[in-house]
Amino acid sequence: MSTLLVQEKQVVIPGDVLAEGMEFLPGKGARRENDNVIATRVGIVSPNGHVIHIIPLSGGYSPRANDVVIGEIKDMSYSSWFVDIGYPYEASLSLKEASSEFIERGASLSDYFSIGDIVLIKVINVTKEGNIDLTMRTPELRKLRGGKIVTVASPKIPRVVGKLGSMITLIKEKTGCHIFAGQNGRVWIQGPSPAAEKLATEAIMLIDKKAHVSGLTAIVSSFLEKSKKE
Amino acid sequence: MKYTKRFDGRKFDELRPIQARVGVVKNAMGSAEFKIGKTHAIAAVYGPRELFPKFLQLSDRALLRCHYNMMAFSGSGERVRPGPSRRSKEISMVTEKALEPVVNLGEFPRAVVDVYVELIQTDAGTRCAGICAAALALADAGFEMKDLVAAISCGVVGDQPVVDLNKEEEDYEDGAVDIPIAVMPHTGQVTLLQLDGEIDPEHLRKALDMGKKACEQIADVQRAALRAKYTEE
Repeated sequence: MSTLLVQEKQVVIPGDVLAEGMEFLPGKGARRENDNVIATRVGIVSPNGHVIHIIPLSGGYSPRANDVVIGEIKDMSYSSWFVDIGYPYEASLSLKEASSEFIERGASLSDYFSIGDIVLIKVINVTKEGNIDLTMRTPELRKLRGGKIVTVASPKIPRVVGKLGSMITLIKEKTGCHIFAGQNGRVWIQGPSPAAEKLATEAIMLIDKKAHVSGLTAIVSSFLEKSKKE
Repeated sequence: MKYTKRFDGRKFDELRPIQARVGVVKNAMGSAEFKIGKTHAIAAVYGPRELFPKFLQLSDRALLRCHYNMMAFSGSGERVRPGPSRRSKEISMVTEKALEPVVNLGEFPRAVVDVYVELIQTDAGTRCAGICAAALALADAGFEMKDLVAAISCGVVGDQPVVDLNKEEEDYEDGAVDIPIAVMPHTGQVTLLQLDGEIDPEHLRKALDMGKKACEQIADVQRAALRAKYTEE
């Protein structure tokens, strides 16, 4: 008889036994050892039928195709730019993915992107060696001018965005800022005033701290209301 | 002279008071502090990140690099020559070997994971406190790990097997044997075992049994520290 030893949303530590018996299968963040399913990350239990997943509570960014992230141009060669997206391996933007417009031969590449530029950029592909191919060719991708960047742990970004964007829309409305949350944990904020940007930053840091708590939208909403009154 | 009563009055299998906390160094990917008695260690994990010089890169996994250091003011306050000593380098190496079996380094080929262990205050058992802190820091950083690693110094003072020796016991004039041991708590597998002194097999077995039991207690403290970060409201 197989038994599940943990509950959904319980916090588990690597080495914790999640289930005994062959009926349960290890999903992400878990492994099988003999008859048991054992956690391999600090995270929250998320059972899906017989498969037990662990949603990690911390960790670096792990890129996947179609992720939209915020990067900084770090270097360039004659046909590509190298972008830092917070991952230990190289992410490159090749010339043919840089723009939907025609790029003339002999054009100055720094007219398009130069070192230090902050960009909203998309991952097309992650190679087996871990190198990343990027593109700027979708309409919403662009250079980000002005504003500031706040970094949270990448697993917390879904909480910053909220179900169907509910959380990020709440912050945008209450602070009047443009906000974009990249999958790599970087959040770009641009507001009508430094005070507005500061308020949005504080709201995001609050989400980072309390990402594991339920009813977070209400907590953030009352925080924003209280701060606006002051 | 027989050692019948411990200098600080503890039972032979009793540990000093332990405190553990994670997330103490905000800049780091993961961090933890581990205090046992007066010994106070802080570990901070940076990585995975690009590894330079390139010739150190491993094609199929990340390099785990540990940097153990005792702060200049951590001991008796006597002048300490700056820079890593031979002892620090050895302890850095055994710390790496104690942690490598549990961390999934294959996830990040050619990268490096730097683990810094600093001792703020020392009263023996420093490499073990460092390993406990480092294991917590790695879990806090979100690495995929088979298990935690708990470590303690067990040994023999005079003729008596004990666990968690302090400096006074280590320096016992009638002879003491220091046995640092690190264990993966879930399976009891040993990832570090060192011996400093002379010992016969029977005493060794007794000391190791006590050490392994102590590591189970330590693992409970470590798990509670990791959970505490997410259950405070």
